[in-house]
Amino acid sequence: MVRAEVQSDPIDPQRVLALVGSDEDGAVLLFLGVVRNHADGRSVRGMHYESYETMASGVLREIADEAADKLGTDRLAVVHRTGELAIGEVSVAIAVSSPHRAESYDASRYVIEEIKKRLPVWKKEHYADGEASWVEGTVPPESGGASAAVTTGDAP
Amino acid sequence: MSVSVRTLFFAAYRDLLGTSELSVDVAPNATVRDLVRILRDRGAPFDGLPEQPAVAVNQTYAGPDERLSAGDEVAFIPPVAGG
Repeated sequence: MVRAEVQSDPIDPQRVLALVGSDEDGAVLLFLGVVRNHADGRSVRGMHYESYETMASGVLREIADEAADKLGTDRLAVVHRTGELAIGEVSVAIAVSSPHRAESYDASRYVIEEIKKRLPVWKKEHYADGEASWVEGTVPPESGGASAAVTTGDAP
Repeated sequence: MSVSVRTLFFAAYRDLLGTSELSVDVAPNATVRDLVRILRDRGAPFDGLPEQPAVAVNQTYAGPDERLSAGDEVAFIPPVAGG
């Protein structure tokens, strides 16, 4: 069964991994996106993830279904986190399994790339010096929108 | 005669406008483009929105020519940064 969730609770990678796998599958793949401690040469102490909750769950589901088509199995699970995350915390987990490895790698890659293109989620980096700013994002493709990002730098 | 739509602003757009939600009156059959113009014509800080922002109508991405109906939820989507 294809699973797709956006949640504010911490992600348990073992639980996501346990949602896939089958006796038919020779490949099981788990991808974790985690918060790193630097960005563009600046020291980062944490990240705030915001979502358009009612839309994000539907878009993530669409992405997961499209990826399952590539995978050729329905053994795919993706969970995206929202809220305040510390360094090293998991922001996204993608688990897939398939009889052979190529399909798993392709499907996993597809999910993360499409998340970055069109999932309505935004993140604000909190820097070690006390400043914070929204991470520059990607204009979603279906919208026909032009790129003209508002940049805001929050003073401490 | 006008109809009312519910507009939502996230992340950098919310910070720009200082609000996450506004009810806006538009003409019947107005498009997304019309709504953006109405907002931008209010002047600062609304004129800080892009002329052609990404928008979702009722949780689905929509182009500037999409027509709006009373009660629609129109979300202004800043460039996304999930993952």
